[in-house]
Amino acid sequence: MVIQKSNVTHEYLRHHKKFPNVWCPGCGIGIAMGAMIRAIDSLGYSKDDVAIVSGIGCTARIPVYLDFNTLHTTHGRPLAFATGVKMANQKLKVIVVSGDGDLLAIGGNHFIHAARRNMDITCILVNNYIYGMTGGQYSPTTPFSKIGTTAPYGMIEQAFDPVSLAKSAGATFIARGTVYHASQLSRMMAQAISKKGFSLVEVISNCHTQYGRLNREGSAVKMINWQKEHSVAVTAAEKMTPEELEGKFVTGVLHDIEKPEYLEEYQKIIDRFDIAGEPAKEEKKLIEEPGPGDKD
Amino acid sequence: MDTATALAKKRRIYKANTPLLMQGNEACAYGALAAGCMFFGGYPITPSTEIAEILARNLPRVGGHFIQMEDEIASIAAVIGASVAGAKSMTATSGPGFSLMQENLGYAYMAEVPCVVVNVQRGGPSTGLPTKVSQADTMQAKWGTHGDYNPIVLAPSSVKECFDLTIRAFNLAEKYRSPVIILSDEVLGHMREVVNLPDPGDLEITTVQAPVEPPEWYKHFEITPDYLSPMASFGEGYRFHLTGLTHDEYGFPTSKRDEIHNKLEKLRLKIARHIDDISDVRADFMDDAHIMIFAYGSAARASRQAVEIARKKRFKVGLVQPRTLWPFPDKIVKKFLSKVDLVLVPELNQGQLIGEIKRLCDRHIKIVGLNRFDGELITPSQIVDKLKEERP
Repeated sequence: MVIQKSNVTHEYLRHHKKFPNVWCPGCGIGIAMGAMIRAIDSLGYSKDDVAIVSGIGCTARIPVYLDFNTLHTTHGRPLAFATGVKMANQKLKVIVVSGDGDLLAIGGNHFIHAARRNMDITCILVNNYIYGMTGGQYSPTTPFSKIGTTAPYGMIEQAFDPVSLAKSAGATFIARGTVYHASQLSRMMAQAISKKGFSLVEVISNCHTQYGRLNREGSAVKMINWQKEHSVAVTAAEKMTPEELEGKFVTGVLHDIEKPEYLEEYQKIIDRFDIAGEPAKEEKKLIEEPGPGDKD
Repeated sequence: MDTATALAKKRRIYKANTPLLMQGNEACAYGALAAGCMFFGGYPITPSTEIAEILARNLPRVGGHFIQMEDEIASIAAVIGASVAGAKSMTATSGPGFSLMQENLGYAYMAEVPCVVVNVQRGGPSTGLPTKVSQADTMQAKWGTHGDYNPIVLAPSSVKECFDLTIRAFNLAEKYRSPVIILSDEVLGHMREVVNLPDPGDLEITTVQAPVEPPEWYKHFEITPDYLSPMASFGEGYRFHLTGLTHDEYGFPTSKRDEIHNKLEKLRLKIARHIDDISDVRADFMDDAHIMIFAYGSAARASRQAVEIARKKRFKVGLVQPRTLWPFPDKIVKKFLSKVDLVLVPELNQGQLIGEIKRLCDRHIKIVGLNRFDGELITPSQIVDKLKEERP
């Protein structure tokens, strides 16, 4: 018989001096954080072997509450910091948590290059379509015609689709979920973390305080219900026409392929050199050019 | 990797105690490897690229990692990340890239992350003169990022000093848990000199003090009597939090007045209280000098030769060359200033370091700049001519 742990999230929270948290009551980020904790717990990793890296924004405040190795960095740069962390200590499971503004606007370049490089990092993108912390400015995922405090007459830019962006940039695992479907979210996050390579989980979330208020989309409950009504499971979506899918978003595991992982490839280079730093004989000609002093 | 293996691997990199002809940039790269650098994140930029190329080739040979990032912002971010996870880390760049790195450098000062940044200076502002020499980033190295902070900046003036000061940079970074900047320049980076490099086993290498207390008592930013706190890395069981927000001794964000004050005081005092340890000034012919030439880097090379020429012409002139540029070696420079009645400050910029001399001088003596910013070096004869002009 499987015993259900009732308060699994509590085991992973830092309790001293951290609460109450910064998020508004009803915010979806807490649900995304809970899903991530359950995913890590289900994989059985030790707390010491997990590093959570974030940038700036509401979502980026997740690490401070979690009892892991946590790194709260500069705006837009968590993936670049995470790259260094992972390379220096490959035992660490490195997870980046980031919002749509942090990851796709200021951090857009790092995002596509991290996906292209295919290092074993999991990226959790909490997409609430707006800059919450600074007060409701439009982000690269704000839908066309929606209101932000910096788009008071409606958004006239086109929005990014993070899933297609990651796919074309080379990510090996991509899933999308919502904070309404919290247990599915948790399962997909576990899959993403176990994937050897760059993985992305997009979490559709609600910012009723900024986005909801500006666009008259109602309370947190109403907005989370909106996610339920507008999400289509990937299996169901396959049977639907593009017209039927208009205005909806597809959830589930959307992309899962195999590619050489960066650090495994790097290790192959390191392995060419034996203990004394000499290249193995057959590789010697290939790689070793004379260093200074070698010619005499 | 055990110490003996690590040393054996390092010994494969260059031939020790043998005359070698190499560039300043090469010497920086070999110095980094000898100091135990295990991570380099960089982006190509003239005139610093050789450092990245040499480390791309050699880091895998010592079991370390090299990565070319998508830009300089990502490079310094990866360097900080790697350092947090326990690797001695470095990047190298030039003016435009150094500008891009400033925000994350500020993060490293705030979060007290050891790392080394080599800035091989070229002409600016903006794209400026990619292949020509300059010392115009002197003040940027001190004031580049926002907020109050106290950088450590080293300035070599020869190929051998590029090697020595890179090792010293790693040692200071570890001891003071701070970024250390090496201000090289295009001439030093590309100039070739014969050097004898020491065996990596003979070098004095500092590694940050590891915590002795159990994880539940560990404070990542503990304020100790000497302001230097031990440091754990990610994955060692300490599970600390790092942030660029002003934080308490544990590393958690704070808005309490006393904690904010103590944090910023710690950042200041960990440098100010150890300025004698950090300062490194070379003085030549200063014993009987009435005239002091104050110069660093390439300008100091020309000045050294100028002093030799001028001495033959009976000028009582000496050279003071700061190898630690920041924190400014106030005490040492003041001592020299009290003995001279003319100071000449040759710089490859429009006059940056001269301000420090004027700040320190409390007597009425003549302080003259000799500034060249056309992409060429100041020549010894230019300096001698300037001396003749001031002291006919």
